[in-house]
Amino acid sequence: MVEYQNIFTQVQVQGPPEMGVEEGVPLNERTNSARFSKLLGWFGNAQLGPIYLGSFGVVGLATGLIWFVMVGASYWAQADYNPAIFLRDLFYFSLEPPAEEYGLSMPPMKEGGLWLIASFFLLVSVLSWWLRSYELARQLKMGKHVFYAFGAAIWLFLVLGLIRPVLMGSWSEAVPYGIFSHLDWTMNFSVVYGNLFYNPFHALSIVFLYGSALLFAMHGATILAVSRFGGDRELEQIADRGTASERAALFWRWTMGFNASMEGIHRWAWWFAVLTTITGGIGILLTGTVVDNWYYWAQLHGYAPMN
Amino acid sequence: MALLSFEKKYRVRGGTLVGGDLCDFWVGPFYVGFWGLSVAFFALLGTILIFYGAALGDTWNPWLISIEPPELEVGLGFAPLQEGGLWQLITICAHGAFISWALREVEISRKLGMGLHIPVAFAVAILAYTTLVVIRPVLMGAWGHGFPYGIWSHLDWVNNVGYAYGNFHYNPAHMIAVSLFFTTTLALALHGSLILSAANPEKGQEMRSPDHEDTFFRDFIGYSIGPLGIHRLGLLLALNAVIWSAICIVISGTVWFDAWSEWWFWYVDLPMWVDIEGGVNG
Repeated sequence: MVEYQNIFTQVQVQGPPEMGVEEGVPLNERTNSARFSKLLGWFGNAQLGPIYLGSFGVVGLATGLIWFVMVGASYWAQADYNPAIFLRDLFYFSLEPPAEEYGLSMPPMKEGGLWLIASFFLLVSVLSWWLRSYELARQLKMGKHVFYAFGAAIWLFLVLGLIRPVLMGSWSEAVPYGIFSHLDWTMNFSVVYGNLFYNPFHALSIVFLYGSALLFAMHGATILAVSRFGGDRELEQIADRGTASERAALFWRWTMGFNASMEGIHRWAWWFAVLTTITGGIGILLTGTVVDNWYYWAQLHGYAPMN
Repeated sequence: MALLSFEKKYRVRGGTLVGGDLCDFWVGPFYVGFWGLSVAFFALLGTILIFYGAALGDTWNPWLISIEPPELEVGLGFAPLQEGGLWQLITICAHGAFISWALREVEISRKLGMGLHIPVAFAVAILAYTTLVVIRPVLMGAWGHGFPYGIWSHLDWVNNVGYAYGNFHYNPAHMIAVSLFFTTTLALALHGSLILSAANPEKGQEMRSPDHEDTFFRDFIGYSIGPLGIHRLGLLLALNAVIWSAICIVISGTVWFDAWSEWWFWYVDLPMWVDIEGGVNG
């Protein structure tokens, strides 16, 4: 029985690297070498690279790096340019958004201006990477599912850093760039608006977050369990159902009376993951703009006890 | 119809852990087996007890019904039914049902010639539940430290236990667990997207191949983990999210009693830099 428990790859076969299908890809944008990592090969593919750069890739990496360096430079100044303090207080440093009185105007650099400029570069970076996911799928004539899923994550990102601050009329509403400071922000956000647990969209978002973990555990375990029938070759199983798909489906049918298909499980997966950030974004957007106190709101709607 | 077109040839005898052929049958789509009967017993009894507890309570609002654990004064003893005893019995029933369900999954896996990844993964989830309602309460010396069984009351419990340790987000194991939950969801979105985008290509195109999948991800981020590896990664991430969640709560109130923000002082207070002026902690 033990040999059927697919846990890691025991025999690694290595040929020349796969440089990728060509389709409509401008090959001069794709690097032309690849390396192998035995360590990665125990777990998944051993091959590292090639990578496609292109304009969106270069812009995305460059602006992302600028954001990173701006945040780092701010920390470096907060550490009085002392490497020991930098390491000691790394999690405590924070690049803070402007104070409330600046509203949506441009504050002095040291009072949130740097945060605003860094945020602009982060926005450009994320959006370039987003467009890149579209461009690459188009070149390979694939569906745009990665692009739309990425868009759902960007929705939450935009709500937190752009849409809600604009609706509230102040950049001070946005999230600071720091390890502990963003945790403090989260805690404070919940306290100020009467406990976010009572925000139904927050509840939905958590349901989908935990649901995603549940689904991936179920799906990952199922595919590994039927991998000796070729279950990991999902596209082939979608096009031409084999015994791996049949066993995987019957497992869940016999266990809980219901099963997905090999393609359908990926639709469940996609929607659960995507709805996590969509519902989360709605919950944040409504907070402070439409609803001031989620606990009172819950009492009003009959799901929190009346004091 | 209960039977799928290809199902009949898979409905064979064998693979049971207990009872031989005695319970080796199906009801509709459900496989029964000894552990199926055991699940039915515990789930039914537990549900009846929850309704009994709800009937004793003062609300039928489904959001607000709650079965409370015993008071802390009861310690690790048995409580009267109406004062937490129901919670204790329901906890036992839940364990009976969950563990039976896992063993039934083992039987089904064996019957289908599959690996045991699914029941092993489910066992990790059961362990997290056990950590919350048995292991941590026992370590802290009272069943009252378990969480109440109610839709909103369990959220209040999470809220209150969190604030009992200051800002719970500072709990390092909680940090890891949350990061793993987010990463699992990210990986799930990417995996689901990749399969769907290959199986549903642009109009007029033939279905894309696994080579297209690898190419897309290598183009995108310079690495494609591959069709087998992504399922290992997903399972590993999801299970670790659960395991670290269990760790972050079991260490709260057993080995750490203060605000979690103070835990980090060990690092700030390392002798090599504790006395340097400046920065945030200088």
